[in-house]
Amino acid sequence: MHYIIVGAGPSGVTACETIRKLDQEAEITLITGQQEPPYSRMAIPYLLAEKIPESGTYLRHNNEHYTHLNINLVSEKVTEVNADDNSLSLSNGQSLSYDQLLIATGASAISPLIEGIDLASVHNCWTLEDARRIAEKAVAGSSVVLMGAGFIGCIILESLLKRGVHLTVVEMGDRMVPRMMDDTAGGLLKSWCESKGVQILTSCQVSSISETGDALEVAIKGSETLSADLVICATGVKSNMSFLENSSIELDQGIMVNKFLQTNIDNIYAAGDVAQGLDFSDQSWHIQAIQPTAVEHGRIAAINMVKSNSCEHHGSINMNILDTMGLISTSFGQWMGVAGGEEAVLLDKKNYRYLKLQFKDEYLVGVSSLGHTQNIGVVRGLIRGKAKLGVWKERLMKDPSRLMEAFLASSMSQA
Amino acid sequence: MEKSLVINPDKCTGCLQCELACSYENEGVFNPSKSRIKVFTFHQEGRFVPYTCTQCSEAWCQQACPVDAISLNPVTGAKEVNESSCVGCKVCTISCPFGTINYNQSSGKVIKCDLCGGNPKCVEACPTQAITYVDADQTGLDKMRQWATETDNSSSTNTANA
Repeated sequence: MHYIIVGAGPSGVTACETIRKLDQEAEITLITGQQEPPYSRMAIPYLLAEKIPESGTYLRHNNEHYTHLNINLVSEKVTEVNADDNSLSLSNGQSLSYDQLLIATGASAISPLIEGIDLASVHNCWTLEDARRIAEKAVAGSSVVLMGAGFIGCIILESLLKRGVHLTVVEMGDRMVPRMMDDTAGGLLKSWCESKGVQILTSCQVSSISETGDALEVAIKGSETLSADLVICATGVKSNMSFLENSSIELDQGIMVNKFLQTNIDNIYAAGDVAQGLDFSDQSWHIQAIQPTAVEHGRIAAINMVKSNSCEHHGSINMNILDTMGLISTSFGQWMGVAGGEEAVLLDKKNYRYLKLQFKDEYLVGVSSLGHTQNIGVVRGLIRGKAKLGVWKERLMKDPSRLMEAFLASSMSQA
Repeated sequence: MEKSLVINPDKCTGCLQCELACSYENEGVFNPSKSRIKVFTFHQEGRFVPYTCTQCSEAWCQQACPVDAISLNPVTGAKEVNESSCVGCKVCTISCPFGTINYNQSSGKVIKCDLCGGNPKCVEACPTQAITYVDADQTGLDKMRQWATETDNSSSTNTANA
């Protein structure tokens, strides 16, 4: 049996390892589009902050890991999948045949179509190569404009400040990290950033970038033009699936999959940021683009590839944790609330602490927080376990910080 | 046979000796906020519940780690954080459904119970044997662990430590 896994991010690597555990005899080929050993984007901020060397970003630290597992690592781009004859084409002209195929090609950074976006000093912050280029330009005393105050934008703020740059953030939305924060949390985060010397322009948009000598001129709709040495574009990502356009695989925002992470073609599966997988909370199908979901997808898809659809995916909880210059925020599940639900809020503006719980009937369905990190994982346990809160619902409504007690009480009563 | 921590909340008096012993052993300070075992107080019921990592076989933290910084100690069965690899991204802290791996702001890394390498100090410190370290198939923690994992579809086919 030949398994081909396309994409060497957390999903692809986890899938290879899972297949190897389940099938010692399998032939496994892992195809990576990049020239580096499989690495983690989650670690790039720490590389930029010079806390770790490049090797510190690698998904697995043992250099021989893939050899030991007898995984054939191929560095090529896949240009086409030919489902009719179970083969795929590589950029070097070669063709490979598979019995089972997993597509885990992840996502790529996208840039808005504005004048000057292709200039040499404008970079995304997505790959190791991007990080190297940013590190070259983001030196002490330089001016940097960061487009986008989403997850990626925020998580690299500290690294950039540590490099000693003058930083301005330009965000199109009316608040920071709109996908994981409400107005209150976004507002607190903004004043936190400003207190650390970062200028944050919300409801503003970079309209064009031009070169004047060595510097860049950044024209901003809603604010004055800025001069910069480097522009970092962190405005969003999209699934890597253009190579599938001529295939018979069904695509939407990502690759469409069923509860087994299987596409419309029986022996082709998809996982991670490219897969439009099942969301636990509302049972809808969308791309979460988060590390835990990528790993979960990779593992479940692999089990189903080896053991013919024996592991049903009940959905992943969308969750994030973000450290913005020391202020840690989280979001879980339906943090924005649900129709007919109730919420409980704990707010301490002065200390940048915020905790908001969302309930539906007797169940916790979502949480967002700022400055609360201790035992925060139980939120996942409570949501995922559909823990019936009983008297703890009222107690949490009065004091949202007692999540851990609520978890212990529910688990003990059900043990 | 691997040993595991067995916690009997009925015997706990809430003295917090376990927290002090844990933080001293692992962080060199007597500071309950740095302890990897925590005693939770249930005022209404007049009850204390010590709680720490169950070293669950799903190893959510290990699976979620993007840089391979959490590994299984084959002798003790503990999932241990390798400080030199941990970048402090905290993904494990939201992935662990038990909430027992936590970010330590002062080190910029995560911390969790590692069973003190097979000689857990919380057990030594506990004056009432509310925390014991024994060969056990069905500990209280096991039951708790089962409850939480039964709710997740992936437990039956878990392969993290297969």
